[in-house]
Amino acid sequence: MTLYNLDPGQSAYICSIDADEGLYQRMLALGFRIGKRVEMIRRARFSGPVHVRIGTTDVMMRLTEAQRVHIRNIS
Amino acid sequence: MKRIALLGMPNTGKSTLFNRLSGASARVGNWPGVTVDLMSAKILLGGHIVELVDLPGIYDFHGFSEDEMVVRHFFEHNSVDLVFVILNATQIERQLALALEVRDLGLPAILLLNMEDEARRAGITIDTQSLSQRLQMPVVMMSAKYGDGCKLALEKAAEAIHNLPPITPEELHSRLASDDRIENEMESILKSSVRIPPQLPDQLTAQIDRIVLHPWLGIPLFFGVMYLLFQFIFTFAVPFQDGLEWLLGYLRGGLFEPLLSGTPSWLHGLLLDGIYDGVGTVAAFVPVIILFFLVMTMVEDSGYLSRAAFMMDAFMARLGLDGRGFVMLLMGFGCNVPALMGTRIMRSRALRLLTMLIIPFSLCSARLQVFIFMTTALFSPAQAPLVLFTLYMMSFATAFVTAVLFKGRLPSAEPFILELPPYRFPTLRQIWLRGWHEVGHFLRRASKFIIAGVVMVWALTHFPSDVPPASSQTLAGMISSALSPVLSPIGIDPQLAIALIFGFVAKEIVIGSLAVIYGLEGDALMGLMAQRLDWVQGMSFMLFTLIYTPCLSTIATLKSESKSAGFAALSVAWSLLMAWLVSFCFYQTARLLGF
Repeated sequence: MTLYNLDPGQSAYICSIDADEGLYQRMLALGFRIGKRVEMIRRARFSGPVHVRIGTTDVMMRLTEAQRVHIRNIS
Repeated sequence: MKRIALLGMPNTGKSTLFNRLSGASARVGNWPGVTVDLMSAKILLGGHIVELVDLPGIYDFHGFSEDEMVVRHFFEHNSVDLVFVILNATQIERQLALALEVRDLGLPAILLLNMEDEARRAGITIDTQSLSQRLQMPVVMMSAKYGDGCKLALEKAAEAIHNLPPITPEELHSRLASDDRIENEMESILKSSVRIPPQLPDQLTAQIDRIVLHPWLGIPLFFGVMYLLFQFIFTFAVPFQDGLEWLLGYLRGGLFEPLLSGTPSWLHGLLLDGIYDGVGTVAAFVPVIILFFLVMTMVEDSGYLSRAAFMMDAFMARLGLDGRGFVMLLMGFGCNVPALMGTRIMRSRALRLLTMLIIPFSLCSARLQVFIFMTTALFSPAQAPLVLFTLYMMSFATAFVTAVLFKGRLPSAEPFILELPPYRFPTLRQIWLRGWHEVGHFLRRASKFIIAGVVMVWALTHFPSDVPPASSQTLAGMISSALSPVLSPIGIDPQLAIALIFGFVAKEIVIGSLAVIYGLEGDALMGLMAQRLDWVQGMSFMLFTLIYTPCLSTIATLKSESKSAGFAALSVAWSLLMAWLVSFCFYQTARLLGF
């Protein structure tokens, strides 16, 4: 399962991030770390980006990036 | 002289703090990466003058964006006696990493926890003493926006700059290598010193987001808001503009005419019909420009632009761009130059070039002056805002068409991940500084380009001196008739050709030169233009002005940012071609339909 599969209102824990060096660093800096809880806030129309919340930070990312964030324990 | 560097992540209020400490007016924008040039200021610290340098916002020292490189190179090549690490206190759990990196690098530093007010509202309490002990650096809570804590920060800095051991750039260079421990240590420090409520009371931002990011209403709402803002500018600026025009006319008749009555007629003409009318016509737009930038500042600093990026990304992706490209277009509404520099946050060269190719189509405030002038002259007060709105839509349309045509040549797969900062309202001080800054910018341009431009237009329309001014026997007339095969199919009056040629240097010159060409100013000039041009010709002229090359500064920026003269040339050639094609289609179709 990845962040891509999450519906608005659902949240889950990050279990791995599958990204190259540059993107990985950027995600780390935005607060994406293994074991952190991430919540899906909304998804844009027409396969647009997703709006997620991690800790106190709101982040948007494209679906290709969302697919790189693997998650577990969806609630 | 000792040197202090200001370091922090994007959107932490770094520029606001810099402005507050320096008293100067840097641009502040709630958008990652606006402050791309290094700015510095001399400030008084504990009786000594020190140099304060504003570094670009970065997430960490190990990223690979241009901004992060700039910061690293800065530290590796310049000695720094103290670093102000500025963090957003409401996001301390993730931003603390930067402070730890700075400490591990051995840089003498003070931690400034900004947005104290927002953190307090969010229920976050921070034990600065415990934090200071763990980090081994002074910690100050502050609000750069309201100025709370600034004095304390400066006092601590004055102390620290003498007590903390400095580090040489060479040493730093070798240390910029290790960083894995930071993450674990951060967790443990946060546990012991910071308490964050599990769910932040960010209700308001969430509520606003529910409306402005509404799946169907979001985009119409965005364009609706833009329309209202421009309507607002248009309605409120016109009375001021009329007042200024009246004042300029009054001064001319009551003061300058009698003052210069004894001078030779050519000098009289050059000074009054040339420089005074030309610059005066442009200067009458200062109120519009101030009002425009006040509104732009509110929009930029509010955090709404990131939302626009979210809504438009799906569409921009189909153009080979991303949501940031759309935001750059919006920033280009102010001036294309900073928007072009803002593309530095993009890592893929292809994406950056494609974005830089579309920014010059963004209807900047200089072009806005031309359009307000022409629409006021040629359209009724009810029609004018609609015409203006149409021009803005054309600006988007030409940018989008350009992206579609060139995206095949410039493909990119850059990841798109961006923070959505909470909404903020800029303080009056921020707005005032920005407005003042823009007036200064305008006056500098006026003294550089506009005077030179209108003098040249005056010379071209008055030589040789034995023929009627601006007639076909003058130099201007000869240039115009040479260009008429190109310009008559798009309905542009030969007399206006000179205005277009000088508009290439800066768009403000266009209306300045109209005043010189027709030998009139203010209402009389508008009246004459309404006689000489019908609305179809006027619209064609405006379309051409919108699309062809914005100004010399933009071309210079295109060349320096892309590091390619060929790219700048491509941009200029393409915009000229497209300007002609669009005006041609518009003019011929309108005439065919009998207008």
